[in-house]
Amino acid sequence: MESLTNKKKVLEVKPLNFLERAYLPAIVQGLSITMKHFFKKPVTIRYPEEKREFSENFRGMHSLKRDEEGRERCTACGLCALSCPAEAITMTAAERQKGEENLYREEKYAAVYEINMLRCIFCGLCEEACPKEAIYLDGDIVPADYLRKDFIYGKDKLVEAPLNQ
Amino acid sequence: MELTDIIIKFVLIIVVFAISLVVAMYSTYAERKIAAFFQDRVGPNRAGPFGMLQPLADGAKMFLKEEIIPTNASGFLFIVGPSLAILTACIGSAVIPWGQKLTIGSTVIDLQVTDINVGILYIFGVVSLGVYGIMIGGWASNNKYSLLGAIRAASQNISYEISMGLSIIALLLVTGSLSLGEIAAQQHGFWADGYFSWNVFKQPLGFLIFIVCAFAETNRSPFDLPECETELVGGYHTEYSSMKLGFYLFAEYINMFISSAVMATLYFGGYNFPFMDQISSPNLVTILGVVFLFAKIFAFIFFFMWVRWTIPRFRYDQLMDLGWKVLIPLAIVNIVITATAITFF
Repeated sequence: MESLTNKKKVLEVKPLNFLERAYLPAIVQGLSITMKHFFKKPVTIRYPEEKREFSENFRGMHSLKRDEEGRERCTACGLCALSCPAEAITMTAAERQKGEENLYREEKYAAVYEINMLRCIFCGLCEEACPKEAIYLDGDIVPADYLRKDFIYGKDKLVEAPLNQ
Repeated sequence: MELTDIIIKFVLIIVVFAISLVVAMYSTYAERKIAAFFQDRVGPNRAGPFGMLQPLADGAKMFLKEEIIPTNASGFLFIVGPSLAILTACIGSAVIPWGQKLTIGSTVIDLQVTDINVGILYIFGVVSLGVYGIMIGGWASNNKYSLLGAIRAASQNISYEISMGLSIIALLLVTGSLSLGEIAAQQHGFWADGYFSWNVFKQPLGFLIFIVCAFAETNRSPFDLPECETELVGGYHTEYSSMKLGFYLFAEYINMFISSAVMATLYFGGYNFPFMDQISSPNLVTILGVVFLFAKIFAFIFFFMWVRWTIPRFRYDQLMDLGWKVLIPLAIVNIVITATAITFF
């Protein structure tokens, strides 16, 4: 039958000739191929010491941002927690006291802000939901640890380092 | 025999034993590193500089693992198996000439533990005994995979010993001696009487047959059917754990070292090297000879590994075909050619 694409090729199976049956030339050929690889540079990236370059929109560990005066942007509105499909984010809000204006930008702030890194799927929806541009997934890969409880990151790990005065 | 002679021999035995163990230990490291290079990887590099301490870490791990003896295993034979495997692997080193005579003051040290006049037969005997370790271990495990692996090992070794022996007969026609010390001495230098003095140039076909059989005898890929993990889980050492498993793996590497040494001695001139007559100090010649012998051995070990990471494993019927229908006729043809050449030239 005529094939529809006319791409069909009928392959003939020829009996092996003497050199092919002797097997040794094929072995030599194979050995030369592996020897070429022996002197190639390894493709391995030795991870903790060496890192592959991340893409521009890589989503890593979260960081809670500060504004240009070094005050925490987060106002504990809870939109990130609400938007989170993995329900990884919890927070407790608190009211800003007098004298804390240099610490928090809004009158309400997050006294506790926790992200469970084992639940987080790094989808970036919290980033999108935040009206205050306070949370970004611009960090590194979340490091390994031994205990589950150590994967619940609080503000100590999430909040950006304060500006240097 | 004087006391000093006994002490010298004793020290020599210990040194040879220690060297074979250390070489076997670092062969495991070399194997992993070389495999990595062939596959564009890095290989072990965490334990010590360049991962040099990896064999020690592996050894410590082996010793600390839980020792399991299956309930239905034959207890005594289960332990005899690996012991026999490593014993037969080690005693082969006794007849290999590691170098010429070393003269310190008035004492002359022969760098060969014993030069028995049937050295090659001794090696053959030891190699044949090696299969008992695998056979007993595989049978005593009371596991069908182990038994299949052991049976494969036994039939493979028997098949390839024949062509190995036949290839050696052709070599013996050339050398006229069974003593390894004398065979090594005959291949003095590199060029003698208008031709290469090394046996590989007089017996190229014999060497080819011998090296193929050596791969089969040491159960190395592409003839590693007794332990092929894809078909037989682990073959004869499926049920083994802890240092008993370590002994089996170790025995394989020692076997590789010894058979490399035998090949270097029989075919590649042993401790001889080109231009050795131009060096005046005999002790320097001896020391350089040892260095050259080890260089040859390491080259062979590298070749073993190179082949392992290149060629896929044979199918069992192909293995038997190669052994019985190709190598044995080829070895017989080689004997006829050699005999004719010796008679007429």
